[in-house]
Amino acid sequence: MRDNEAKALELPNTNGLLHRRVFLKGGAAIASIPFLAAGVSAEDRSAPDLVPEWTREPGAGMSPYGDRSHHEADVQRNVVSQPGTVGSGASRTPLQSLEGMITPNSLHFERHHNGVPEIDPKRHQLLIHGMVKRPLTFDLDNLGRYPMVSKMLFIECSGNSAALLAENPVQASVGELHGLVSCANWAGIPLSSLFEEAGVDPAAHWVIAEGADAALMSRSIPLEKIMDDGLLALYQNGERLRPENGYPMRLLLPGWEGNMSVKWLRRLKVVSEPAMTKDETSKYSDVRPDGKSLLFTFPMGVKSVITSPSAGMALRDKGIYQITGLAWSGSGRIQRVEVSADGGATWSEAALDSPVLPKAMTRFRMGWNWSGGPAVLQSRAIDETGAVQPSREAWLAERGRNAVYHYNAIQSWQILQNGDVRNVYV
Amino acid sequence: MSRFALRLSMVLMLSASAAHAQNLSPAAPLSPQLGKVASGELVAAWDMTILPSGDGLPQGSGTTETGARLYLEHCVACHGEGGVGGLNNVLVSDEPRPFGETGGKRTVGNYWPYATTLFDYIRRAMPYSHPQSLDDNEVYALTAYLLYRNGVVPAHFEANASALPKVVMPNQEYFIRAYPDWNP
Ligand code: HEC
Repeated sequence: MRDNEAKALELPNTNGLLHRRVFLKGGAAIASIPFLAAGVSAEDRSAPDLVPEWTREPGAGMSPYGDRSHHEADVQRNVVSQPGTVGSGASRTPLQSLEGMITPNSLHFERHHNGVPEIDPKRHQLLIHGMVKRPLTFDLDNLGRYPMVSKMLFIECSGNSAALLAENPVQASVGELHGLVSCANWAGIPLSSLFEEAGVDPAAHWVIAEGADAALMSRSIPLEKIMDDGLLALYQNGERLRPENGYPMRLLLPGWEGNMSVKWLRRLKVVSEPAMTKDETSKYSDVRPDGKSLLFTFPMGVKSVITSPSAGMALRDKGIYQITGLAWSGSGRIQRVEVSADGGATWSEAALDSPVLPKAMTRFRMGWNWSGGPAVLQSRAIDETGAVQPSREAWLAERGRNAVYHYNAIQSWQILQNGDVRNVYV
Repeated sequence: MSRFALRLSMVLMLSASAAHAQNLSPAAPLSPQLGKVASGELVAAWDMTILPSGDGLPQGSGTTETGARLYLEHCVACHGEGGVGGLNNVLVSDEPRPFGETGGKRTVGNYWPYATTLFDYIRRAMPYSHPQSLDDNEVYALTAYLLYRNGVVPAHFEANASALPKVVMPNQEYFIRAYPDWNP
């Protein structure tokens, strides 16, 4: 696209953001927007032979279970564990390398407290007991006959993005900073049907969920949530759960902090009071500025982040780029995402890929004509309840410096004169 | 009709009409009812839940002195001498004052709201390399020892099912239940 054509698409006084019709109307402009890839320059792509060899020899055969291209082998989760352990810690989704709204199963983030158990699905059972008429067990075989539902849902660890609380901006990729969130199509059994079968005592209010891992991960869940939309998930993006995501069955609580969606679920005890487990008191509780600590801060806030361009990438030349990222909210659908190229002075509405689903990731896009001058890129999500993603300043003012969880503030990426992208606080 | 039964029947009605709209059979949430009644044995073997009221705490007991010995045997390698300076989580706070008053590093003594949580967590998850390898008396003893090291109980203390729920943790009054009012 020529310079004057690009200029004509610019929204006035926005530091180069392009009109949404670039995406909405599928106009000619979209074809010429180069996709930004970290570390790949035009020079690296040496001109291919006029007739490449792969058209002149038979290709590889079919395979019973597919793998990605070996050229993509460096797209990996970022693994960090507690000293002296391999199984207590997390691996983060490389958001900078992914497109669309679905996280491939091999790249879904992980958070474990004592490793991934090796569970024999034939011996695994789910026990529902406590304040019920009939304590019941279910195995994978008989669960297979229950009516299932499937839903696109994000899971986000409430410790996601905590690196943004550091005094000085940490220089790391968007995946390393914000990759404790993923989105998949989860299929399973609404827990309400299993609880109905067990017959819940009306005086019960909580359910203690427990995993079959070596940490026997345990959380207290309001019975109301279980009955409302609690899912016993068996499938992830069409195939059985991955071991690191709870094989053969996990709890899934749409929109709520990831730690509660207990993996390798083996037991649900119906009780009147929460158990105050280690992972809902010592951890995953929120210290307020006044010194009080909040227990049971369950829903994840409205949030978005630009995944490209993002820290660690480099813009090679001035000209047209696509700004894209992900938005999600634990309270429902994303209503709108706004993008700024001038550090929040002006905001313009981004285009949203469809479908826009409740408690799932939404992909947003915005065209941008980079003048080669200074720019700070930001995105701000608004959900269907009207909740607006806060600035970092506002978040810190409200939650204070001792808070660790539920960070959902606006991310700022600075574009330096040489095109390098950095994490900054504005 | 109970709250949940009412909610469930509404769900049934809604999903039935949704199914109708899509021209599917409205049979969706019919359950095949295949759960097997759990034996008392299985429930007893698996039920490790302990509530702050003490509900679920097993019989048995353990003292600070026994706990000190067990700590050296099973815990010191990762959590350091006396609960500080190890590779993994610090288990003892600098002073037994509530975190809500003095701030500092959050750990058992100055942060955890309930002593029952300590018993529950050690029993299910520690020692890290051999979880669920200690018996209930040993877990009581380690709980007593760590509470003592944190300045919460005296040097001679016996932890058991009646004593633990009575221990008032220093920071307990600083905790607020956010559910269901909290919004992100
Ligand atoms: C091999 C190393 C190792 C040993 C031995 C070990 N722990 Fe731990 N401990 C850990 C790790 C790692 C964690 C964090 C687990 C997680 O990710 O949730 C932890 C967490 C804890 C916590 C929670 C701390 C907090 O503030 O949330 C307590 C309490 C604890 N251990 C007590 C013990 C006791 C008591 C023993 C001895 C019976 C013990 N540990 C032995 C590694 C160890």
